Amino acid sequence: MTIVQLFDALLALLLLWLAWRAVTDAVLFRAVVSFVALGLVLALTWFRLQAPDLALAEAAVGSGLTGALMLAALRRRSDRSSPTPEGPVKGAALRQLPGWVLAFVIFGALSWAVLSLPIPAQGLTEEAHASLEKSGVTNPVTAVLLNYRSYDTLLEIGVLLLAVVAVWSLRVAPRLRPGSPSGPLLEGLLRFLIPLLIITGGYLLWIGAFAPGGAFQGGALLGGACVLVLLGGLTVGPMTGRIVLLRTGLWAGLAVFIAVGLGAMTSDRWFLEYPVERAKLLILLIETAALISIGLTLGCLFYGGRPESGSSDRSSP
Amino acid sequence: MSPVDALSTLLLAVSLFFFTAGTIGLVRLPDVHSRLHALTKADNVGLGCVVLAVLLQASDWTEGFKLVLIWFLVLAAATNVSFLIAGGTGKRDHDDREGDGR
Repeated sequence: MTIVQLFDALLALLLLWLAWRAVTDAVLFRAVVSFVALGLVLALTWFRLQAPDLALAEAAVGSGLTGALMLAALRRRSDRSSPTPEGPVKGAALRQLPGWVLAFVIFGALSWAVLSLPIPAQGLTEEAHASLEKSGVTNPVTAVLLNYRSYDTLLEIGVLLLAVVAVWSLRVAPRLRPGSPSGPLLEGLLRFLIPLLIITGGYLLWIGAFAPGGAFQGGALLGGACVLVLLGGLTVGPMTGRIVLLRTGLWAGLAVFIAVGLGAMTSDRWFLEYPVERAKLLILLIETAALISIGLTLGCLFYGGRPESGSSDRSSP
Repeated sequence: MSPVDALSTLLLAVSLFFFTAGTIGLVRLPDVHSRLHALTKADNVGLGCVVLAVLLQASDWTEGFKLVLIWFLVLAAATNVSFLIAGGTGKRDHDDREGDGR
C-alpha cells in the first residue's frame, strides 16, 4: 500500500466516522461541528477524485453556509429555552427499526447501481469534450452546467428562488441587534474581508469559463459575505437596505436566464440554444445575474425570514 | 534532491511538529483559554511553514500571491475567531472549568 492509498483509506474512514457522529451525537452542537468537519473532509475527497468544482461547492455551500444555517437554527432553538429531555427513550430502538431498514434498502440499491456500471464507464465525457469549441467556454463543467444542460441549471435557480419565497412566507426575520457584538476587532476584519469576498466571488465567476469555479461557488462567497454582515451586526448590506433592490436581486438570476432562453428562440432556435458566436457573452450574462441571486438567496436563508416592512427606517442603530 | 526541495521538506517537517504540538495541546489542556493558546501559537507557525514550503515550489508569482493571501486570511480569521471564543467563554469561564468543556 502506497502512502497515497493510505491517505485515501484514512479519508474514507474519517468520512464514515464523521457522518456517524453528525447523525448520532446527543449534543446537537457537537453534531453540527461534526457535520461541518464532514463537509471539509468531503471537499478534500472530491479533490482526490479530481472533481475540484464539486470540492469548491461542497466546501463553500455544503460545509460553510449549511453549517452556519444549522448553528443559527440551534441558537434559535436554545433561545426559546425548551430543552427536550435527552437520554434513551423506551422502545426507541424498535421505533427506529423501519428507518434503519429503509436506509439499508436504499443503500443496497445505490450500491448495486454503482457496482453494475460498466468499467470503463461509458459516460458522455467524449461528447462533452467534442462540442467544447461550440459551447463558448473551455471548462467542460461550466459547458455542461450553462450550455448543454442549462435547462437543469435554470430550474435550480428557480428552486433557490422558491426557497426564499417559502422562508419569507413563514415568518418575519428576527430583529437585528444593532452594533457589533464583539467590538472593533471583528469590525476591522469585516471591513477588508467583505470587499475581498465580493472580489473573490467575481473572480471565481470569471475563471469558471476555463477553470474550476462559476456562479454557484462565487455566489456562495457572496452569501458568506451576507452572513458575516448579519453576524457582525453591521447596519449596511442588502438585508437592511431597500427592499425593492433585494427583491430585484433575488429575481435577477431567473429572469435573465429565461430572457436569454427566450431571446435565443427569436432567431429560429430552441429555448436556451445560444448562437455559437455569442455563447460566451450570454453565459457570462446569465452567470453574473445568477451570482447575485445565489448570493442574496443564501444570505436571505440565513436571515431566516422576510425583512420587516419599512426595514430601511431602522437601519440606524 | 535539490536544495530547494530539501528546504521545503525541512519546513514541512517543522510545520508537522507545530501542528502536532497544537493538536496535543488542544486535546490535553484543561480549559478553553489554554487550549486556544496552544492552538493559535502552534497553528499559526505550522501554517506559516506549510505556506513557505509550498511557496518554494510555486511555478509563477500568481500562485505565490494566492498562497500568501491564504496565509494572511487564515491568520486574520484565526486571530479573530480566537478572540471571539475567548470573549464568549470569558463570561462562563467558571462553569466551563467545572463542566463539559466543549
